[in-house]
Amino acid sequence: MADTKMHVLVCGGTGCLSSNSSDIVDNLIAEIKAAGMEDEVKVLKTGCFGFCEKGPIVKILPDNTFYTQVKPEDAKEIVAEHIVKGRKVERLLYMDPEKEQHISDAKHMDFYKKQMRVALRNCGFIDPDNIEEYIGRDGYQALAKCLTEFTPEQVIEEVKKSGLRGRGGAGFPTGLKWQLARANDADQKYVVCNADEGDPGAFMDRSILEGDPHSIVEAMAICGYAIGASQGRVYIRAEYPLAIKRLENAISSAREYGLLGDNILGSDFSFDIEITFGAGAFVCGEETALLRSMEGNRGEPTTKPPFPAEHGYWNKPTNVNNVETFANVPVIFLKGADWFNKIGTEKSKGTKVFALAGKINNVGLIEVPMGTTLREVIYDIGGGIKNGKKFKAVQTGGPSGGCLTEKDLDTPIDFDNLVARGSMMGSGGMIVMDEDDCMPSVARFYLEFTEEESCGKCTPCRIGTKRLSELLKDITQGKGTEEHVKELKRISQVIKDTALCGLGQTAPNPVLSTLAAFEDEYMAHVKEGRCPAGKCTALLKFFIEADKCKGCTLCARNCPVGAISGEVRKPHAIDQEKCIKCGACMDRCKFGAIVKH
Amino acid sequence: MACNCCNGEDKEKYAELEAFIESLPTTKGELIRVLHRAQGIFGYLPREVQVYVAKKLNIPVSKVYGVVSFYSYFTMKPKGKYDISVCMGTACYVRGAERVLEALTKKLGIGTGETTMDGKFSLRSLRCVGACGLAPVVMIGDKVYGRVTPESIDDILNECE
Amino acid sequence: MAKIKSLEELKKLREQAQNNVSLRVKGDNIEKMIQIRVAMATCGIAAGAREVMTEFIEEMDRQNIENAVVTQTGCMGYCYAEPTVEITIPGQEPVVYGNVDMDKVHEIIEKTIKNGELVDGIIPVTHKTIEE
Repeated sequence: MADTKMHVLVCGGTGCLSSNSSDIVDNLIAEIKAAGMEDEVKVLKTGCFGFCEKGPIVKILPDNTFYTQVKPEDAKEIVAEHIVKGRKVERLLYMDPEKEQHISDAKHMDFYKKQMRVALRNCGFIDPDNIEEYIGRDGYQALAKCLTEFTPEQVIEEVKKSGLRGRGGAGFPTGLKWQLARANDADQKYVVCNADEGDPGAFMDRSILEGDPHSIVEAMAICGYAIGASQGRVYIRAEYPLAIKRLENAISSAREYGLLGDNILGSDFSFDIEITFGAGAFVCGEETALLRSMEGNRGEPTTKPPFPAEHGYWNKPTNVNNVETFANVPVIFLKGADWFNKIGTEKSKGTKVFALAGKINNVGLIEVPMGTTLREVIYDIGGGIKNGKKFKAVQTGGPSGGCLTEKDLDTPIDFDNLVARGSMMGSGGMIVMDEDDCMPSVARFYLEFTEEESCGKCTPCRIGTKRLSELLKDITQGKGTEEHVKELKRISQVIKDTALCGLGQTAPNPVLSTLAAFEDEYMAHVKEGRCPAGKCTALLKFFIEADKCKGCTLCARNCPVGAISGEVRKPHAIDQEKCIKCGACMDRCKFGAIVKH
Repeated sequence: MACNCCNGEDKEKYAELEAFIESLPTTKGELIRVLHRAQGIFGYLPREVQVYVAKKLNIPVSKVYGVVSFYSYFTMKPKGKYDISVCMGTACYVRGAERVLEALTKKLGIGTGETTMDGKFSLRSLRCVGACGLAPVVMIGDKVYGRVTPESIDDILNECE
Repeated sequence: MAKIKSLEELKKLREQAQNNVSLRVKGDNIEKMIQIRVAMATCGIAAGAREVMTEFIEEMDRQNIENAVVTQTGCMGYCYAEPTVEITIPGQEPVVYGNVDMDKVHEIIEKTIKNGELVDGIIPVTHKTIEE
């Protein structure tokens, strides 16, 4: 391959694919061929680069040029200018919003400066469908090392020493979990990878599977060797077709290369992986529910103990870890537990991937060392709040987590700090909200979610989440009283204390954390019939300010229900009885004469 | 044996499902896998299909129904020619997905989980497509539309002709 | 593909495979690399820039030189001296060589890339490129 002078990497993650990155690949290949350079330039479709806000991303190496928001028709210019003539296409380079300068090297962008990519090390760097690319990045060397240099006990010891904790939610120490599964004797044990990413707004597991599926295959094999299992299962959402395809491909090429199957690398160790499809149930992210679902049942959790390490899949000892946890494992063996242990905070080691989204300038998938503060994530990496609005809260941990506010911005992010502040790490969703977001509405959104996703097995969760969601609906529709708020607190506490599984116990978190930080906002709803964020339409009224109204009639013509009347060139008025509060008039008015409060 | 109550086209579908079930080394624990395949073949899981699956796997129909109704991916109603899904993940929600869903409901005259009378459109909400950079997101079939507003849905629906 | 049966076989495959990704690894750390930029505008190509670039890549590949990376650039404005090559050693000012032929390529590799010594044929800098 000595002749290849240039590699063109095109993001093939779901976000960029949605913006036609496949066409970019096709066009680039066609243009390169037309220029007669197909032997010199290689085009690769990679996993997610993370900078989804500016997607689709095209990166050219070795000159390390990072093009953003590329359209399929830009391929021609990229090839003619950059690839043939070596001139960068300025207009496609990232524009630093502060310095107003183009930046061509991703390392100099604020978005990437504070990141540290461990779990995402190969995402956006290799072709995930080519096992040799992974091997070229030291792939399967960690497995080889474990099989040739370590006993299973030593493997577990190494993972324990690294301090790795489960990235799926509560942060249970991974090495300890493996040890428990190893300690139980059985004729068959299982390694399960939980890829049932249920947090609406988190997509790191999917990105890892799409961008670096072999890292999961390798880590599961290492885990199998450590706990004494020869069977692996990946439980993955059926809604992730691309991730499924890449994973299937990875498993079959690993078999072909002898990295899965009997007597791996000439050792006594045999291991193989199968894929099991989930069917869309948030509760299946809970490991006991997941195992029931894998057996073809309703995904209802069971009480622990017994833990899956004793009685798991088909009652056999089973170790369940999530995707991101597994993605860290090969690195621990390549670079050493001590290396890993140096990253992060005292009790949370390594890095964490977050799906940064919401009212933020740089939406994307980021990975930072544990202990990075929320402020660094939101302002330095995320580029601050969209449209210059004011930061209000950040929601972490998905439906089981809570809202953090201004006062928490300088808190170093790790498992324990987030719990201490009423939220949790969860899988790593991080939704930023601004002054226009109404907190009781946000709580209602989450509770509607848990109400719908509650499996129904235990009463506190089944009925409790329904009651909470009803109360929140009343409050956001202006039918709430102070009694409602009291009742919210009481029911939340009961659910927390009595629900069967993690999903139920944490379901009230969005209510409790928003109440703790924004009780005055709840009170404004129930006492004054007012939504301070201006979000709850039932509590809003639209008015025309007579001194600003020019009587242009634009609003009256656009009102879908004919609620606005008035003579031409004279101030108009809104009939509150007829008004449906759609806001169409306010959007149309050129004089800022329409206000809501 | 496929059931004898259905027409020729259905017969083929049942035969395909039967062949799939027969190809499994064991049916133990494979109910969800079978249902995925059945929905792939039939497009949805009507009562008759559920009864058929129960018979083939030798389990009670109640168990099949229990599983079908538990998981949001399984549907007992046929989808429209254009299956519209509005992402209601948190990122899309805070960027206005609720208003988009509302606008679609009004425009199509159907609620979520329903199909228009002419069978052309069905409307669903789903949780996180993972294209949060494009929020709010609407999917029609496999095609993803990003940064959708209540005003832009007309353009999107017009493409479905 | 035959199955990999031992650690040695895996290591061998890794070495082959590394060649495919090394271009990217180098590019990702370009600030630590000696950069060889070949001017590839029309006049440069006409004067043989493409052959020069290929020779750089192939010779360094043959010698397993890991600390340098070859990229291309547009017209540098030294039309009288094509093919031109700009060499940047990390932390130093770039220098441009003109009329680079195959012998010069080898001389640059042997002296400049391997030992950090400058060779004859440097064109005085007349302007700065936009990236500085």
